[in-house]
Amino acid sequence: MTLHDPSSSSELDGALPNGFGAAAILAASIGCFSLGVLTVAGDASKSFARHLILYTRTGPLSGVTTAAIAIWLLAWILLSLRWRTRDVTLRPVLVAAFVLLALSLLLTFPPVVDLF
Amino acid sequence: MEITLRSIFTIIHGMGFGVLFLLAFSGAMFELVRIGQGGSAPSNERAVRLYLLAMTILAWLTVLTGAYIIYPWYRAVAPPGADLSSYPQAFLKSHPNTIGWHSLGMEWKEHVAWIAPIAITMVTVVFFHYGRQLRNQLALRRAVLVFVALAFFAAAVAGFSGAMINKYAPVQGGQLFHLLRGA
Repeated sequence: MTLHDPSSSSELDGALPNGFGAAAILAASIGCFSLGVLTVAGDASKSFARHLILYTRTGPLSGVTTAAIAIWLLAWILLSLRWRTRDVTLRPVLVAAFVLLALSLLLTFPPVVDLF
Repeated sequence: MEITLRSIFTIIHGMGFGVLFLLAFSGAMFELVRIGQGGSAPSNERAVRLYLLAMTILAWLTVLTGAYIIYPWYRAVAPPGADLSSYPQAFLKSHPNTIGWHSLGMEWKEHVAWIAPIAITMVTVVFFHYGRQLRNQLALRRAVLVFVALAFFAAAVAGFSGAMINKYAPVQGGQLFHLLRGA
């Protein structure tokens, strides 16, 4: 995913490298996917759900969303540090991002959550 | 004519932040497509940045007020023998005709809604970084548009579910405010 893509060389045309955008897109997908995984995990395991209670009145939802946001931001920082100044081959990044997004939608849909 | 404190917060969350966020989508989509076609002036780029920033703030305000102000009232545990009309989750779960609004509507809404602020924050940051240069980044621009559409879908699911849940089991209670006195 991090190989230089000669067809979109930023050095040649003065355009900004696509790595910053690729990192943001993939990180957002990772964050959404984490939300889905944590939703399923919290629903499937009562003991895990108890660990997700950061604010008692909101219940496990507080931990699910806080952890997903933390994972999203951490992934964004790490990917940005690696990619922001270079061009990356976008196709595999976008395929991975859209697969993660589709899974995140599935994993937050209650009939699917109840399968686990 | 009166309204409760909890109703006021529910209106601010749903009809304020949430609806404004949903209404803003067509404008964001239009501008992002237009910029991609090279049809935007530099002055307009600044306006789009502010527009997307406002959408991002609205998205976060919507989910944060929902999860940390409204949702605790919704899921409050009813004491034995209590009037369930003050406990929306318990009320919905008490009848087979309404339980789906909790088990599908609220269970979906409370999680999928968070995809919207994550997606629109990413879109905003990418636009702040690239601005009109997105015109030269076809694949990135298309991906950004997919995320805008995804944020709209997530917000629409949450908004529709919230409106229907509040129709069957409104969040009520707290201080009572008299708006108008009848004749």
